[in-house]
Amino acid sequence: MATVQDYAVDVRPTWCPGCGDFGIWNALKRAFVQAGYAPEDIFMVTGVGCGSKQNDYMRINGLHTLHGRSLAVATGVRLANTGRKVIAVHGDGDGYGEGGNHFLHTVRRNMGFVDLVENNQVYGLTRGQVSPTSRLGFRSSTSPTGSLDRPINPLALALSQGATFVARGLSLDLPQLQYLITEALKHRGYALIDVMQVCVSYNRAMGYDWYRERAYKVEEQEGYDSSDRATAMAKALEYPGSDRIPTGILFRTEDVPAYEEGIATLQAGPLVDQPLRTRPLEDYEALLSEHL
Amino acid sequence: MPITDISFRIGGEAGQGVESSGAGFALALTRAGLQVLGTPSYYERIRGGHNFFTIRAMSQAEPVRSLVEQVDVLIALNMETVEVHKDAVRPGGVIVADTGIEAEGALQGLNVNLLALPLKEIAVEHGNEVMANTAALAVAAAAVGLPVKYMVSVIETNFGARSKAIADANTAVAEHTYALASERFGLVYGDSLGSVEDAPPRLLLGGNVAFGMGALMSGLKFVAGYPMTPATSLLEYLAGHADEWGLVVKHAEDEIAAVNMCVGAAHAGVRALTTTSGGGFDLMVEGISLAAITENPLVIFLAQRPGPATGLATRTAQADLLMAIHSSHGEFARMVIAPHTPEEHFSAACRALNMAEKYQCLVIVLSDQQSASSFMSRDKDLFDPASLVIERGKWLNSEDLDAMEEYHRYALTDDGVSPRALPGSHPKAVFLSSGNEHREDGHITEDPAIVKAMMDKRLRKLEGLKSEVRPPLRYGPPATEVTLVSWGSSYGPVMDAVDVLNAMDKSANMVHFVDLWPFPAEAAREALSGASRLVSVEGNAMAQLAYLIRAQTGIEMDQHLLRYDGRGFTTEYILEHLEG
Repeated sequence: MATVQDYAVDVRPTWCPGCGDFGIWNALKRAFVQAGYAPEDIFMVTGVGCGSKQNDYMRINGLHTLHGRSLAVATGVRLANTGRKVIAVHGDGDGYGEGGNHFLHTVRRNMGFVDLVENNQVYGLTRGQVSPTSRLGFRSSTSPTGSLDRPINPLALALSQGATFVARGLSLDLPQLQYLITEALKHRGYALIDVMQVCVSYNRAMGYDWYRERAYKVEEQEGYDSSDRATAMAKALEYPGSDRIPTGILFRTEDVPAYEEGIATLQAGPLVDQPLRTRPLEDYEALLSEHL
Repeated sequence: MPITDISFRIGGEAGQGVESSGAGFALALTRAGLQVLGTPSYYERIRGGHNFFTIRAMSQAEPVRSLVEQVDVLIALNMETVEVHKDAVRPGGVIVADTGIEAEGALQGLNVNLLALPLKEIAVEHGNEVMANTAALAVAAAAVGLPVKYMVSVIETNFGARSKAIADANTAVAEHTYALASERFGLVYGDSLGSVEDAPPRLLLGGNVAFGMGALMSGLKFVAGYPMTPATSLLEYLAGHADEWGLVVKHAEDEIAAVNMCVGAAHAGVRALTTTSGGGFDLMVEGISLAAITENPLVIFLAQRPGPATGLATRTAQADLLMAIHSSHGEFARMVIAPHTPEEHFSAACRALNMAEKYQCLVIVLSDQQSASSFMSRDKDLFDPASLVIERGKWLNSEDLDAMEEYHRYALTDDGVSPRALPGSHPKAVFLSSGNEHREDGHITEDPAIVKAMMDKRLRKLEGLKSEVRPPLRYGPPATEVTLVSWGSSYGPVMDAVDVLNAMDKSANMVHFVDLWPFPAEAAREALSGASRLVSVEGNAMAQLAYLIRAQTGIEMDQHLLRYDGRGFTTEYILEHLEG
């Protein structure tokens, strides 16, 4: 049985004191242990940004990629090795801005991996510019008179494209986040966890108290049915747009096969475990005969 | 005298089946034992617009190297074809057309024979109207004495499995028209093209398919791509064979996704490939830099067409050489090879996959529309699966890892290649691969000494790659008045031009580059120094190979013979534009 210590490396996080990334870091490791995974059992694919350094601060099969491309890389890893769990971790600018197209298609494809988005509604690593989830009127170095772009609604977008697991967590609520990650790891298809997190350096207006005052858990609401897409969509549309932030598993269905389940070649097992030539060499003569 | 060298052109409207007719006729000629080269010329639209397909067939052991500008037999599926191509018919040649299009009027004063029959009526009588193409081809076959059985065998191949009724109707149309044309027109050249009965079995294929076959035989497991002419047919070929041959093929949402999926798959341990053309490649460029710094093997099949932007979507060019060599920010080792024949495409697939894994680097296979879309006959023996030997480079297995204190994915080594271990396969094979500069264990660093050591390590792979590149090919006598310098698909036409020049008492030879990066500078210097007059023959406007040769060897060309109108080289074009 793996322990949180198994995930430790000699690299110390460079996040600002009080950064939401610490909470996510701890929740990830605890969830991996709770779900029974050792470091070699999981691939963590990250993008570029403060939170994308999660796998630099862990002992794990890590792939720290490009800004916006973690979902595409994670898709390649997953298709090549269905014998391992895959989790993509990246920020809101990375996932909803630069990587928006990959997000859309990964959702509709129902690729079988977890996608944890560290959504602090600002660009941290480049020092405080407006992000795709920043509120209308957000003032930053690249939007000095206030943002004219309305914020993206990632949960509603995912639900509208047939997402099969849609959740929201908070970096400040570690037990809930650990639970959400553990549940997402059990999901057969694409599992989105949008984690609203504080940025203590560049988004001070949305601090710990700001979230505490607005967030609530959908599972605590009487009769909330997370298997109903329309109910989930109504919840998803609450934020951005109002002062109430629903958290927890908004929607989940296990009735939709993951993309990779439909691939004939993978019925024989993970691609990486299959022989380089799947047939005896003489069989390949058949390919020549097609052109005789 | 039997006919030993004959050219056909089939023309019609887009959507009229010009390409499938041309490909079918080329296959019939191949099965008759002739060597064949067929090339379509089409516009970027699905219906409307004028398309044509040119075929040259020769009774000889050597493959056909180039098309000629003039044709002997024009098969006109519509009146526009007659008008556009009548002057390309050699004096004494023939035009096959339906009596219904009344071509006579357009041919007055020309020395050509019109072979007109009511093709549509015959097609309707024995099958249906769409079989008029079959009828037209049968007239051409009868006129040159190509036995109809070869047409029938192609019909059987193309339609037999799908529908016996369609195959039988097409056969009836072919046989009936053939008999009628033989009786009405006889052999228009007085003798028959006949068939070469003792010819070895031959394939008819283009560069894309040949590359695809080679890749399937060489352990390719993962493909992600996005359709873009002229690379699309390779993506389609691989997708069509995926389930049967153990591949995963993903039509990605865009080229950026495609290349990054390949990086992920390669990292996880499988042989990965993407296919594209210039515009799609542009989108992939950041992804290749990720492959470079994470030292993941990556093969890109880059089929060139004219740019910039959409350029000429369905035409040919050799204008992406410098892009292939220099694209992306930062500095890293890569290999660029430009196969020039179907058999070279076949072996290049295995070689590219091997080199990519051996040196954990990017390999770009640079092809073009000319090569992708042509149908070329080749002896089957040239495509021996056993000739493709898979080499995967340095890998550590479980026992190796057991014996190690710690595994470092980016260990500094003398040759710059750090042994790979399958990530997640062993408790010690757990590591980070990062797009940021990193330590030997993969974790991020900005330590100047390590940064420099890592860059030096990765660039040491260039030395290994240099030992793998092959010298340019040479053809013709050693000391000549002119040396033609070429690369890629212009190989055949340049070779024919050399032969024509030597036959005219104007001595010429050829130096042809297949491996382009790392540039084989020493071998190039040896091949080119001492030549009296150097002429680079390239399908681009800025003489990119000449630029590369000058940069790498200091040797300058005396003439740049360039073609950048979207069309491939012909021997006539080269001879016409050769100065001095």
